[in-house]
Amino acid sequence: MSQALTFRYEIDGDDFTRAGEASSSMKNKLKQLGLDSDVIRKVAIAMYEGEINMVIHADGGKITVTVSDTEITMVLSDTGPGIPDVEKAMQEGYSTARAEVRSLGFGAGMGLPNMKKYTDEMQIDTTVGRGTTITMKVYI
Amino acid sequence: MKLETVLKLPGFRTLVKGDPGREISRIFCCDLLSIAMGKAPADGVWVTVMGNRNTLAVASLTDTACIVLAEGVSLDDGTLKKAGAEGIAVLSTDLPVFDAALAVYQAGDL
Repeated sequence: MSQALTFRYEIDGDDFTRAGEASSSMKNKLKQLGLDSDVIRKVAIAMYEGEINMVIHADGGKITVTVSDTEITMVLSDTGPGIPDVEKAMQEGYSTARAEVRSLGFGAGMGLPNMKKYTDEMQIDTTVGRGTTITMKVYI
Repeated sequence: MKLETVLKLPGFRTLVKGDPGREISRIFCCDLLSIAMGKAPADGVWVTVMGNRNTLAVASLTDTACIVLAEGVSLDDGTLKKAGAEGIAVLSTDLPVFDAALAVYQAGDL
């Protein structure tokens, strides 16, 4: 493809059980585009972790995914509480998730570390009280 | 080992049969979805007691071939229907996690 493709998703913050639908939809689109399965898996995992974080912490948000010839860029923006200590949040096992979220199998403090692990570039822009924007790239 | 070998195991109830001809890669046990998300192997059999809609989402995103729900855990009808649409097998057994995984392991050559 010569022109980059852009996909936009609105993430609903109310329904935790529906979290992951945007990532599933994106994964299917990447499959249709015939991308390498390793690349698809990386994007699916990173986007899902981000989507879950938005629902757990920020009452939803927006995700824009751009697919070019060389890379897939995911931009996840929310107007949630922001991350007070990014360094701490990046540590495996550190979590501020509620007990009800943990009882569903999440909140193990693996979200942000997984996002970093499965992407080639990751940038976090966050302001406490204003929100967070995370940009991730996976090279094709 | 093909998925159909797992489907035939005694003491395992098939809730969704998925693609019986699918080749299984590995067996994986984990109940924390955050960890399973990063580690569940593609084409694997995933044994867990975590039975909710997010379990299916994680299985789908990691290309898991088969979810085995241990300790008699089940999934609601809507989620099972979705698993069917996504081609992911779902089995339930009264066995604990280790015994369930061991039974799958011994049935195949993994």
